[in-house]
Amino acid sequence: MAKYILKRIALAIVTIWAVITITFVLMHSVPGNPFATENRKIPENIMENLMKKYGLDKPKSEQYIMYLKNIARFDFGESMKQDSETVNQIIARGFPVSARLGVQAIIIALIFGPALGAIAALYQNKAPDYISMIISIIGVSVPSFVLGSFFVQFIASKVDWIPISGWGEFRHTILPSIALALMPLAQFARLMRSSMLEVLGQDYIKTAKSKGISRFAVIMKHAIRNAILPVVSILGTTISNLVAGSFVIEKIFGIPGLGQFFTTSVFNRDYTLIMGVTVFYAMVLIAMMLLVDVAYTLIDPRIRLTKEGH
Amino acid sequence: MDHTAYTKDMFEKVKRDEYHADRITRPTISYWADVWRRLKMNKLAMTGLVILIIIFIMSILGPYISKFDYREQDWDKINLRPNKEYWFGTDELGRDLFSRAWLGTRYSLLIGVAAALIDFGIGILYGGIAGMASPRLDAIMMRIAEVVYSIPYMLVVVLISVVFSDAGSGTSMFVLILAMTITGWVPMANLVRGQVLALKEYEYSLASESLGASKGWILRKHIIPNSFGPILVNVTLTVPRAIFAEATLGFMGLGLQVPKPSLGTLANDGLAVMPIGIFYQILIPSILISFIMFSFNVLGDGLRDALDPRLRQ
Repeated sequence: MAKYILKRIALAIVTIWAVITITFVLMHSVPGNPFATENRKIPENIMENLMKKYGLDKPKSEQYIMYLKNIARFDFGESMKQDSETVNQIIARGFPVSARLGVQAIIIALIFGPALGAIAALYQNKAPDYISMIISIIGVSVPSFVLGSFFVQFIASKVDWIPISGWGEFRHTILPSIALALMPLAQFARLMRSSMLEVLGQDYIKTAKSKGISRFAVIMKHAIRNAILPVVSILGTTISNLVAGSFVIEKIFGIPGLGQFFTTSVFNRDYTLIMGVTVFYAMVLIAMMLLVDVAYTLIDPRIRLTKEGH
Repeated sequence: MDHTAYTKDMFEKVKRDEYHADRITRPTISYWADVWRRLKMNKLAMTGLVILIIIFIMSILGPYISKFDYREQDWDKINLRPNKEYWFGTDELGRDLFSRAWLGTRYSLLIGVAAALIDFGIGILYGGIAGMASPRLDAIMMRIAEVVYSIPYMLVVVLISVVFSDAGSGTSMFVLILAMTITGWVPMANLVRGQVLALKEYEYSLASESLGASKGWILRKHIIPNSFGPILVNVTLTVPRAIFAEATLGFMGLGLQVPKPSLGTLANDGLAVMPIGIFYQILIPSILISFIMFSFNVLGDGLRDALDPRLRQ
């Protein structure tokens, strides 16, 4: 067990290093220099100072080592376009907003997705099954930006107490969280349905029933606890996919999150900010995946059993 | 009673008819015909297939049906609602949205299918080699794939598009496809490797090997054809992922180079005019994207069920 966790941590570190290196190589293979993109001409001496300020006058290998060292201290440098703000400050401002949106969406998906899937499996080929499968097919097919703009058009502009855009109060977060949650919710529901159907056919369910346990207890204690494992196993990837959704959702609802900064930095070619946000997001996501994987081995009763056997 | 009426010589042994015993009374159904037969019974998957065929045909013919070019701007006719002349209305530059929508569908489909096919090519090569190689090389190759797969997909897609495109004017089709395939091949490689590891233990692989066939031959002639089913399902489900990624990029302003439309950039343009009360411009590309995603998803699910009868509930 400890060996497995150590191995996963090593893999995570290698992955983060790979992301940093890829980001560095890509950003430095951009033709031209980052300050010349605007139409105005920058005087020679100012350009030199700028290059010096961002360390761009040093050889690439030195820059790379500097970059690695800085990231090891969680210092992502200064933004090239946002005046006198460091990337760290921008992340500190934007990430809590994005994280709150993401966490709310994941909670919604985790409450309703598996429940929908379980109900579908329990009423297989009956009305509840069809209804929940229709919901999940819509959820998988309709991109979150479509859903988000529909919400703005049909709900936010009609219902008074739900604002169209902005951030600050809970009511601002309702629609974006739901729009963001529907895709993972649908995936969870589909996965839960098939794994629940498989579990319900197992012998231990029959055993539990024949012992005279109530139907509710059989479902809650024996079926759902086992059927939910595949859902947990894709949780890491789902969280990672949520980031892409949050970029567009934040744009639609005008939420001042990290995705908003990322989108504008992409548009402005603010290279230090792009690099910083990419590496930061990659670190967060890889850490999440690591946590989920470790948690999975802890909650899977079969893995626990083999551990006790040794 | 006269028992003598039936003598032994009156009976004759019926000859065993070898021909009739061995005759196959029903027509033989090939594996794929059987899959098709099962797929046809799946109403949802067939709906998806029909929608896909219609969208596919329209993506080829659509831009020619409309009498307006997709680039043609008419400043007197901006933001028109759908009407008799402009079936899907016009955008804020007065361009015909009917031809733009179908052209956008064409580019989105092209990107999706091309990305899926490239993933398929790389996946088969990488997974095939890893599966056939020595366990040591296999372990190394799989570690590398694991690292590549842990890199968040969308971040790489965005990063590549940023680096290889000019500010403001969008991304070329080649770069978009590159961005989507650079980490997208890993699931396919994993799938192929799993298939190879399982199938190379089968008797027909052993027989081929004992007849002196090379590893490449066994891979090409026995393993890949026999794992074609799951691979096909995977390709079908990769297309919507790539289309979704392209749409998201387009929505972030990293879509295809202007004036070429894609469904993502059309939706992005539509979002820009939503605050002034124009909703149909985002509605049309949204519906098209949703229908494409829906069709590929249900078709992929249907194929998976049809290929593996055990999974059918």
